[in-house]
Amino acid sequence: MSAPKQLPRWADLALLPLVGLAGALLLSGGIIKLLGESPVQALKLMVDGSLGSQEAIGYTLYYATNFMFTGLAVAVAFHAGLFNIGGEGQAYIGGLGAGLVCLWLGSWPFWAVLPVAILAAAGFGAAWAFLPAYLSAKRGSHIVITTIMFNFIAAALMTYLLVNVLIKPGQQSPETREFAANTWMPFAHELLAKVGVAFTATPLNLAFGLALLAAVGVWVFIWHTRWGYELRVVGQNQPAAVYAGISPPRITIVAMLLSGALAGGLGLNELMGSQHRILIDFPGGAGFVGIAVALMGRNHPVGIFLAAVLFGALYQGGSQLTFDMPRINRDMVVVIQGLVILSCGAMENMFRQPLAKLFGKAGGKNDRK
Amino acid sequence: METYTLIVLLLAATIRVATPLLLAALAGMFSERAGVVDLGLEGKMLGAAFAAAAVSAVSGSAWLGLGAGILTAVALSLLLGFACVTHRGNQVVAAMAVNIMVSGLGPTLALAWFNLGGQTPQLDGPGQRFLGLVWPWAQTARETPFPGLLYSELLSGHSLVVYFAAALVPAAAWVLYRTRFGLRLRAVGENPLAVDTAGISVTALRYQAMMISGVLCGVAGTYLSVAASSGFVRDMTAGKGYLALAALIFGKWRPYPTLAACLLFAFTDALAVRLQGVALPLVGVIPVQFILALPYVLTVLLLAGFVGKAVAPRAIGVPYAKEK
Repeated sequence: MSAPKQLPRWADLALLPLVGLAGALLLSGGIIKLLGESPVQALKLMVDGSLGSQEAIGYTLYYATNFMFTGLAVAVAFHAGLFNIGGEGQAYIGGLGAGLVCLWLGSWPFWAVLPVAILAAAGFGAAWAFLPAYLSAKRGSHIVITTIMFNFIAAALMTYLLVNVLIKPGQQSPETREFAANTWMPFAHELLAKVGVAFTATPLNLAFGLALLAAVGVWVFIWHTRWGYELRVVGQNQPAAVYAGISPPRITIVAMLLSGALAGGLGLNELMGSQHRILIDFPGGAGFVGIAVALMGRNHPVGIFLAAVLFGALYQGGSQLTFDMPRINRDMVVVIQGLVILSCGAMENMFRQPLAKLFGKAGGKNDRK
Repeated sequence: METYTLIVLLLAATIRVATPLLLAALAGMFSERAGVVDLGLEGKMLGAAFAAAAVSAVSGSAWLGLGAGILTAVALSLLLGFACVTHRGNQVVAAMAVNIMVSGLGPTLALAWFNLGGQTPQLDGPGQRFLGLVWPWAQTARETPFPGLLYSELLSGHSLVVYFAAALVPAAAWVLYRTRFGLRLRAVGENPLAVDTAGISVTALRYQAMMISGVLCGVAGTYLSVAASSGFVRDMTAGKGYLALAALIFGKWRPYPTLAACLLFAFTDALAVRLQGVALPLVGVIPVQFILALPYVLTVLLLAGFVGKAVAPRAIGVPYAKEK
């Protein structure tokens, strides 16, 4: 008797990622043990450092904002059957767009700057995704390779711009001047103070709300619009899509533009919300965290929100860990991130088959009764 | 005379930069020709670079370091094989996972073991590094610049790994095109079903290919930390694995064109270092970043079919499911 290959829907959506996460955390615990620290103590410190106070929660959600943007970006491309590894470069260039708007429109009021900055971040990010998308759709080049190449080209371009063009004169480090204060994203503690809620000052800002809006937007787009439907058809069955009169090249370009635009949103949080200037390598690997977030979140906005908060907590908790455990530094978080991608993404089948068998057995027993 | 010396030194630098690229690109050639996308080159090299430097620092032997580097890269290859071949996971996802994990694991272990902020100790003891081999009469030859400088700078003075990499190109070509193993390897990347039908294990072939890739990545990583520099530093591969993959694509998955691509990419790198802030006639100062981005731009153009056409192995990236 062969076990059924299909898992119940809830198990596929919730149990499988959790089992994968548990596996990754167990392995990470093993590594921490190997380093001569207590894994239980480390977990306690991380949970406390990421969720234990207002300050901790603020930082966690601030990091989560970045990961929501990049996670949504990866997910939209995934739905169309595309693997966009270029989130890092698209976020970098998207941030350039937002940053330039802030530098140029310093005299405008914030409510006028915000829509222009959002459009610029999305537009620049989408533009950086356009060429790989076009080359994939029309000339058949492999999107994974081209987006990787575009990450490097983006890095070179940004270094050039920051070192030679945008640098604040008379300064050593390649950074622009600080944005005028009226172009800054309002901080969460400022907004909460207006409605009478006291909250510790953290970098958490309005961009968190924008990321939530983007998540809702993606949900509506993917599941409740004609284009979203076409996108999913192309992702799941290209011959069927062609038969139904949907053009896969057109969908490829639409999906990648949207993906790049979402990745560009990172600049709103990181630059307008916290750094208030354009600086070298500000995405800091968030484009790659987006892959982990999308995989864990099952490419669904709700899942992506939860996974982004989890990774935000890992980042914030991990930086707390370094204070109390001198033998561990922030790189440990990168290790955990890699392990999560491995167990939730690549090794999925390893967990899926035993689980399916388990459910198959349970189902069989019920049938006999 | 000055220009001549400059050119010779530029070419010598090209050889040194090309070596890890070439080793990694040939590593990728084996796994990609067997139908497995090898984005993990970066992670395998970085892992090997750390292991080699760590073991060489502790044991005082570069050779033990090399062994550790190879073992680490092969272990990572096996992990990738377990995920992608055995469990038919997504090859790109698995490789990204390994790359990200290793980029964190190296500094983490280095901090815990050596307490030097994520680096390994400086390798300055005798036998801890693969130093340049000075050929006989190289010093004497230097005195008559032409052709002596060619001999003393281009041929002599490189570490053992450089000569190994050079010898590897014809060896790889021979294995790939002149042996039974090579034929099967190429077949499994084009049409695994046919190979399976002939009674040859697709899984075994792909694992073998990935282990070869692991060994070569191990040598490449060791070169970075134990020969080209003296110790491991964070993210020391700095995208060389991806650049090697680009060279492999640029070389259309063939040994000699891949060698040419590696030399071209290495030359742009060496040139960028030389041209830093130098004003050229007609064009003025070329920004270094533009030269450094050139290999990536060229690869994109090639993939788009604007300069020649790169045809990937047909079954690349597709996990093989044997029907039961």
